[in-house]
Amino acid sequence: MIGGALRLDSAGKLVLAALLWGASLWLLRPFWDALIWGAFNLSSEAKWAEALHFFLYDTTKILLLLMGIVYLVALLRSYFSVERTQALLGGRREGAGNLLASALGVVTPFCSCSAVPAFIGFVAAGVPLGVTLSFLIASPMVNEVALALLFSLFGWQIALVYLAAGLSLAMFAGWALGRLGLERWVEPFVYEISMGGHVDARPPNFTERMDFAAEEVRQIVGKIWPYLVAGIALGAWIHGWVPQGFFLRLAGPENPLAVLGAVLLGVPLYSNAAGVLPLVEALHEKGLAMGTLLAFMMAVVALSLPEMIILRRVLKWPLVAVYVAVVAAGIVGVGYLFNSVLG
Amino acid sequence: MTVFKVLGAGCKNCRSLEANLKKALELLACEARIEEVKDYPSILAYGVSSTPALVVDEKVILSGRVPRPEELARLLANYV
Repeated sequence: MIGGALRLDSAGKLVLAALLWGASLWLLRPFWDALIWGAFNLSSEAKWAEALHFFLYDTTKILLLLMGIVYLVALLRSYFSVERTQALLGGRREGAGNLLASALGVVTPFCSCSAVPAFIGFVAAGVPLGVTLSFLIASPMVNEVALALLFSLFGWQIALVYLAAGLSLAMFAGWALGRLGLERWVEPFVYEISMGGHVDARPPNFTERMDFAAEEVRQIVGKIWPYLVAGIALGAWIHGWVPQGFFLRLAGPENPLAVLGAVLLGVPLYSNAAGVLPLVEALHEKGLAMGTLLAFMMAVVALSLPEMIILRRVLKWPLVAVYVAVVAAGIVGVGYLFNSVLG
Repeated sequence: MTVFKVLGAGCKNCRSLEANLKKALELLACEARIEEVKDYPSILAYGVSSTPALVVDEKVILSGRVPRPEELARLLANYV
């Protein structure tokens, strides 16, 4: 609207939106402070007022950051496609191929409902099994929602660490799975289907990319905001009412089995990152180690029953089981590593 | 009459694409037949790896995303 009134072109509108977004983010805390402590005249001594402030501020901050980061990532992703990734990875050796596949897994837009045609496409393009698995591991684990939330809750260092860990894990797990020579446990029809034709789609222009990104924000935020709000509410409750050392007995830095327990708990759980991360923030505040929490989050997000059910269509159960085991083991390793490094 | 094929195994995105396609065709005041292609061998025969995808005149013009009806209408204007 404003952009139209000022007769801006697409890039101009983008800059304007970015400025408004940045200003909102910057003014967010002063706004809520003024409203809750000022206009409503509540006391920060009252636990429920403190929890309310936490809830309102956190929700709006996270939603804003999420929208911004999802938009940016979607713009970036509009330059990639599964078909292009397959062409880039076709015939690559393992090792370098695993690294590239992991990186591409992060930036390629990929819906798990197209896992079957995508997998077959990978095989048809001559991508080795292990390299394909690196892609499939990286994609759900290092997703923009997780990165956006980690960045907004814990800062860019933790987000970067997570990115590096996710990429390394996808790379090594895929490589290890490839080395094990488990092709016999891929469903035979995958190797029998022939891939035809080629996609004739015209590459989108910048305005279309912006539309795509805006649509992604609408879809993703529209889908996850209930989980986010629930997670933040739960976090606000923990923040306000659970005593400081409560979780330390269970899973504090002193407990050597904490990471293992966290991963074992996380694997069967299914949630998107939005539901888990606000909880993770509150738990971290109450003393749980960052490595343990990141491992928990990765286990929840990277391995899920719906995903295994979809994978089952192209991989036989023994391979699915080994896949879960290798990825879970990697996550446990990452958790212990982080606990020792991050302290 | 132009025939559009929506390629996809039936997940939510595929249904969204079909719904948006119908709205786009209304915007263009164009009558067309829409077919669903749900089986993997046929989908793959078009060279498509990310569903949903849109085929017109046996050419894949869109794959892996669900544009809004207005954008679809702009895209389709060349084909109807």
